Amino acid sequence: MLTVANTTKWLQLFTDQVNTNQDALNQYDTPIGDGDHGSNLARGTTAMMDSLNKADLKSVSDVWKTAAMAIISKVGGAAGPLYGTAFLEMAKASKDRPADDIAVQPLIDASLKGLLKRGGAVPGDKTMVDVWTDVDADLEKGPLTSDQVKTAVESTKPMEAKKGRASYLGKDSVGHLDPGSVSSGFFFESLIQEGEIQ
Amino acid sequence: MKKIINNVDDVVAEMVDGMVRSYPQIVKKLPDTEAIVRNDADRDKSIVGLVSGGGSGHEPTHAGYVGQGMLSAAVAGQVFTSPTPDQIYAAIKDANHGKGVFLIIKNYSGDVMNFDMAKDIADMDDIPVKSIVVDDDIAVENSTYTQGRRGVAGTIFVHKILGAAADQGADLDQIDSLAHQIVPNIKTIGVALSGATVPAVGKPGFTLADDEIEYGVGIHGEPGYRKEKLQSSKDMAHELLEKLGSEFHFEAGQHYAVLVNGMGATPLMEQYIFMNDVLNELDKDGVSVDYTKVGNFMTSLDMAGVSLTLMKLDDAHWLQNLQYPVKTIAWGA
Repeated sequence: MLTVANTTKWLQLFTDQVNTNQDALNQYDTPIGDGDHGSNLARGTTAMMDSLNKADLKSVSDVWKTAAMAIISKVGGAAGPLYGTAFLEMAKASKDRPADDIAVQPLIDASLKGLLKRGGAVPGDKTMVDVWTDVDADLEKGPLTSDQVKTAVESTKPMEAKKGRASYLGKDSVGHLDPGSVSSGFFFESLIQEGEIQ
Repeated sequence: MKKIINNVDDVVAEMVDGMVRSYPQIVKKLPDTEAIVRNDADRDKSIVGLVSGGGSGHEPTHAGYVGQGMLSAAVAGQVFTSPTPDQIYAAIKDANHGKGVFLIIKNYSGDVMNFDMAKDIADMDDIPVKSIVVDDDIAVENSTYTQGRRGVAGTIFVHKILGAAADQGADLDQIDSLAHQIVPNIKTIGVALSGATVPAVGKPGFTLADDEIEYGVGIHGEPGYRKEKLQSSKDMAHELLEKLGSEFHFEAGQHYAVLVNGMGATPLMEQYIFMNDVLNELDKDGVSVDYTKVGNFMTSLDMAGVSLTLMKLDDAHWLQNLQYPVKTIAWGA
């Protein structure tokens, strides 16, 4: 179950991973994007932790909403609105739940629906939606494992991009990991690493 | 690139500051944003708030239409780049006076995504928000930044008609229904003589030869539908009206509003000449022109060219709303 404390810790671990792997994310984004996914996301997650540390967080919903607002104001491009949407949907999905009964799967499920609506991508388009779709299905069966996250991220490698900037490359996008999927992988690795949520 | 600027990164912030300092009786800026909001004595009147916005570089759009009888707020993004949802949300919050807020969005993927997000945030705070996406440019389907048709100069008719309705006390559902009635009746098409230079890029987005024009170019320099040798104003008016006519099917007895809009670098002299030719053509078609407007309303930085907007006035109230008095920086008479 999610609490204010463990949700904040999850986001701190995600921020640490993004900061540590900032250059790697930029490199994933270079052949098939504009090479700034790591820098953009790191700027956003750093601002997000600043906001979370300053805010008076009364509920899990507050945590996600604060995180969403920081991300959308700092990240820009497509990643800003998409991560912002994912977090905002979690804020909505947790808003009316009893404080001691907020499970992670329904939140991820709500986020996935939001991502599908916002970006217009479907599974198989080589976007972060691929990872969120697989993780959503895996979570339905039980606690998420690191292997499942890895498999979900790797699944984007052979795909041909149909949405986002990489889609301009068509077949040349095959053989590269999708950077948004890699960063989504960090997000779910952080959930596992947090240890007590699921 | 020759421009009267300081640092390219500061152009939007400095423009907004200059604008609000020039017209403090009409507008002010929300702190820590590039959102421009009403600053007149009636700003807090309990009516539906109207919020628009988009990338900068189209001045006086949209901030020039903030004021009594028109928009409550306009959010300025970076040049040709959508504003972020947090800024749009700040404008929504300021524009909400208990009656909800209506968003007017030009059809670009970035704008639609960011305004939709702002709407979701407002939903969480129980501010009722509805919206319309304006897609009046008939030149092309799907474009560099757009699924469907682009939103261009016809948007200012939407601002005007909805603004008059809101000021007269229409509720959010009435504004929403009015918006969805008028937008399909507004169509625009343009012609460019030269491209626009985005300050951060430093060179024109596209180039045309000295004796060349391009029909159907978008307000961010998106490609049009045909390049031609330079023609007379009459011929350009004929070409654009032929395109508009295939949408409207002109016939005697129809009523129209006509907007000739300069793209930024075209002198008013040429715009009036062009309007004169448009009106001559429309006379031949036997339609009645009840409302006309000429000037730089939805520009594309320093692009030369004009766009022509026609609105079919199926309802007499729409004309009344176009004529309704306003106090803004840019709407004029």
